[in-house]
Formats: sequence, structure tokens, C-alpha cells
Amino acid sequence: MSAQLFLDGVHRSFDGFKAINNLTLSVDKGELRAVIGPNGAGKTTMMDIITGKTRPDGGEVLWNMSTDLTRMDEASVANLGIGRKFQKPTVFETHTVEDNIRLALKAPRGVFATLFHRTGKAEEARVTALLDQIRLTHLRAEDAANLSHGQKQWLEIGMLLAQEPDLLLVDEPAAGMTDAETMETAELLKSIAGQRTVIVVEHDMDFVRALDCRVTVLHQGSVLAEGSLDHVSARDDVIEVYLGR
Amino acid sequence: MSKLIDLRMGLFLAALFIVTVLVPIASTLDQGSALSIPSYLIPLMGKYLCYAILAVALDLCWGYAGILSLGHGAFFALGGYAIGMHLMREIGARGVYANPDLPDFMVFLGWNELPWFWYGFDWFPFAAVMALLVPGALAFVFGWFAFRSRVSGVYLSIITQALTFALLLAFFRNEMGFGGNNGLTDFRDVLGFSLSAPSTRIALFVLTAIALAACLLIAKAITVSKAGKVLVAVRDAESRTRFMGYRVENYSVFVFTVSAMMAGLAGALYVPQVGIINPGEFAPANSIEIVVWVALGGRGTLVGAAIGALVVVAVESWLTANFPDLWLFALGALFIIVVLWMPNGLLGLVEKLRLRRKPAPDPNTETPA
Repeated sequence: MSAQLFLDGVHRSFDGFKAINNLTLSVDKGELRAVIGPNGAGKTTMMDIITGKTRPDGGEVLWNMSTDLTRMDEASVANLGIGRKFQKPTVFETHTVEDNIRLALKAPRGVFATLFHRTGKAEEARVTALLDQIRLTHLRAEDAANLSHGQKQWLEIGMLLAQEPDLLLVDEPAAGMTDAETMETAELLKSIAGQRTVIVVEHDMDFVRALDCRVTVLHQGSVLAEGSLDHVSARDDVIEVYLGR
Repeated sequence: MSKLIDLRMGLFLAALFIVTVLVPIASTLDQGSALSIPSYLIPLMGKYLCYAILAVALDLCWGYAGILSLGHGAFFALGGYAIGMHLMREIGARGVYANPDLPDFMVFLGWNELPWFWYGFDWFPFAAVMALLVPGALAFVFGWFAFRSRVSGVYLSIITQALTFALLLAFFRNEMGFGGNNGLTDFRDVLGFSLSAPSTRIALFVLTAIALAACLLIAKAITVSKAGKVLVAVRDAESRTRFMGYRVENYSVFVFTVSAMMAGLAGALYVPQVGIINPGEFAPANSIEIVVWVALGGRGTLVGAAIGALVVVAVESWLTANFPDLWLFALGALFIIVVLWMPNGLLGLVEKLRLRRKPAPDPNTETPA
């Protein structure tokens, strides 16, 4: 399989601090990948670079081995088919749950396209199906502000799915969830992988274990180890990075 | 259609319609009659409606898209100047200096020919288009630079304030060719109708009421569309909207430009009714007062903004006539009351009282954004 996302020798420093240091990472199409690492390892900066929020000082980020993402802004990257979920659940609080999904649905994003947009039957069916999938059907007319933390996480995942991205970047989806919700989220992400590429940044080791996928360990802005969870967690340098702090 | 005209909008438009029908009738009644309205009051009421349009314009960009402009008075004044220039040209040779080619102030300054930027304003349709186009173009260019550079929040508010202040200073200069300190005044006719004739005053009043209704409906149509939902999304979680693939800057520029054009329309209707436009309209305090109207009426409600403007200017007229020293204190007090106790303005207060009376709120009622 070909690499869907390929980071090649990416650098980025903030005031002399090397947040990302010669990072090289390749993720295949349809793969589910977990990225772990201690605080300050550069996980969020890596997401920011992929999604066009932060420009790297050097290196390339290739999409399908052809498009360089480092020259694009957030909207262009999103429209290529890269969706992102934030660490802190970010939904549109004053919109209803269903309007949150409607705004995310894959559709033309221009001002005049949305100004004269009419909601069709196919669109409504899609909204209903997504609400079923994230189990928020009974709350569809509720303002998103009234959802619980875990429900907001699910709504944001639903919004991500509505965008129909080829790549989902998911930052700590299990934060603030109950154990049962955490396991359900892992199952959901596993079911998405295959058709779409999924990169999950996570701290919760039980969750990473439940994902049962290839793991990349970041440390000081570059890759320290890569392989199965059992493989990387047996390595001395990984143990030292995690426990030595 | 029901999305466009909800209960609040329906009630307001109905009230506006009744007033628009009754005022002209009352003004034609015999002066001795108890219900008659003196002719001089009609332009005053027309002026209030212009302010209501201005408030709706600001609410569209502040209440929905979160763009707090402290310079909307500039767009209002530019619209006013565009129509003022036409009215100056219509004076023709009837000015003090009886010069058929130049307005009085240019003769006074010793100018021999009309500056190029006054060309075309002899023709009313040109001036009318300019009243919308000039504020719109300024907002577009200004917004394009500001929003592309991701200037937002308090920084944007400050530079909009600087914009109107810069224009204030520029328009004060005689060399600018807009009448300097005195501005444009001594208007006689519009489209051949005398501005002091009661029938012209009534026509302008009715026209302003129609414009207010149209602006309310246009603003409402924008806010209930998917684009309007994107605007609220930008207000509440800008980066989320970006990562979803929406170009936030395009949406911001769009709503800022539409809003500026509405403000220009308000100014264009204002000038023939008050009979003067001068650089004082660019004063930063004017722009801040618009914010008070919208905050008092209720941000993000459109109808509330219009009501807020009408209430504040009515109180202002009454106070400045009876207790001239108190007005600024009253304005300050109003602002403090709104900030402390009425975060959602008058309409928010009405909504709260209604919900308190009804213990089980109807889940279908729309809550104010």
C-alpha cells in the first residue's frame, strides 16, 4: 500500500525550543495509527503542522505522495479530506446538535453556496444516520451547549465523520469519558479505519491497547520507537522516557 | 417563510406597517385635531427609523458574526455624503453665490472647477448607487486586509474606531472637497420635489420604513440560511470552523460588507430628512452609541436592535429637550445597566419574563442566540 501521509524531515522550533525535530513518519491508506508520547513530545504541534495551522521551518508533509501540505491553510487542508478533532471537545455551542452535523456535512464551503443552500432529503437522511451512529438522535434539537462532556466528544466525532475525510486526526478522544464510553469510542474508531485513515493521539494506555494497532512513540519532537504496543512498551528507552520523568 | 417571519419579526413588522400608514394620515389632519402630527415631526421620526436600520446593520455583523465594529458611523456618513453631494448639485444656481456650476462652498474657497470625484453626482441614480457602493467597497477592502491577517476581537474594534476617526479628520479638511467643517447643507429639492414640502417628508418617511423592513428581512434571510449558521459558528468556535474547511475570512468580509452597505443606505435616507451632513457624523462617539442601541435591544435578535435604537433615541430626544445636561449620564447609566443586568438586552428580558410565567417552556420555541 502507498503512504497516504508522509512527513519527511520536518522541523519546527518555538523561541529556540525544538518542538518538532527531524520528524519522519509514514501512514498508509486505511491504517489506524496511535501516536503516544510524554507531554511536550510534539504531538499537538505535529497535528498543527499537518492541518496547516503551523508552518514548519523545514521538511515536507506529503499527501498521497504528491501534494505538499506545508503551503496550505487550514481550510484548504480540510477540503483535501483531512479532518481534525481537538483535544478539548469543540462544538458550536449555540447551534443544535443536528445543525452542528449539518454544518460539517461534506458540501461546497463557499459563502454563496451556503447562502443559497437548500436542505435536501438525502442530506436529512445522512444527518439522521450520523446521529444514530453517535447515539445522539434523542438530543438532535438540543443546543450543543447542554451536552455532557462525553456527548460533546461524540458529537465532534460525528461532525468529523460528516465531513467524510480520507484522514481523521483525533486528539485524545477518550479524555473525560467513562470506561464504557472509552471502549465504545475505540470500537468506533476501529470500524472507521479501513475505509479511512485514522491517526489517534492518546495518553490512555488502556485505550491504545483497545485500538490494537501500530503505535508510534514521539519524544522530543522525533520518533523514538514504532511497532506494536507490546513491542514498543518493552523497549528500555521508551520505559525511560515515560518513567524517567 | 415561517423561518423568515417569526413571532417577533411579525409583530415588529405589523407595528411598523401601522405606524407607516397612520403617521401620514395623522399629519394631513386639521392642525386643531387632537390626533394630528405636526409636519416637522415627520423627518424626526424618519431619522429614528434610519438609526434603526443602522442598528440592524451592526447587529448583523456583531450579533451574529461577532465582529464588533466601532466604526459603523463611518459607513453611515459615507452613504449620507453620497446623497448629500447629489442634493448639493440639485441646488444649482439657487445658492448664495448663484453659481450654476459649483456648490457654494467651492465658490467660497475660490475653486474654479468641480473636482473629478464630484462628476456623476448630478445624476440621482449614480449617487444612490454610490451611497451603497462606497461604504461597501471600503468595508470590503478594509475587511479583506483585516480578516485575512486574522485581526479579530478587540484589535479589530480598535482599528475600526481608528478608521472612522481618520475619516473624521480627513473630512474636516476643506481641501478634501466635501465642504470641510460645515459639511453639505442648504439642500432644496430631491428629484425635483421640495424637501420642505409635507408630501416629500411623508414620502421619505414611508421610504425609510420600507427600507427598514427590507433590511430586517434581508438580515433575517442571511442569518437563517446555512451561511448564517456558519457565521454563528465562526463567532463561537472560529478555529473549528476553519478546520471544517470554511474560509472564515470570506464569511467575515461578506457579512461586514453587507452590513456596511445597510449602514450606507441608512445614511442616504437620513441626510435628505435632516437636511445636513457634516464630519461630525464620523465622530467615534456616534459609532459607540450604535453599539449601545444594539446591546440594549438585544444582540443577535435583529428586531431587538431596531427597538433598542428607537428606545434610546426617543429617550435622548426627550432628555435633551427637557434636561439637556443629563443625557450623557443617562447614556452611561443605560450602558452599565445593560452590561450588569441585561446581557441579552430588552428582548432577552422579555423572553426571560415569558419563560418565568410559563413553567414548562415549549421545546419548539427558538431560544435567542
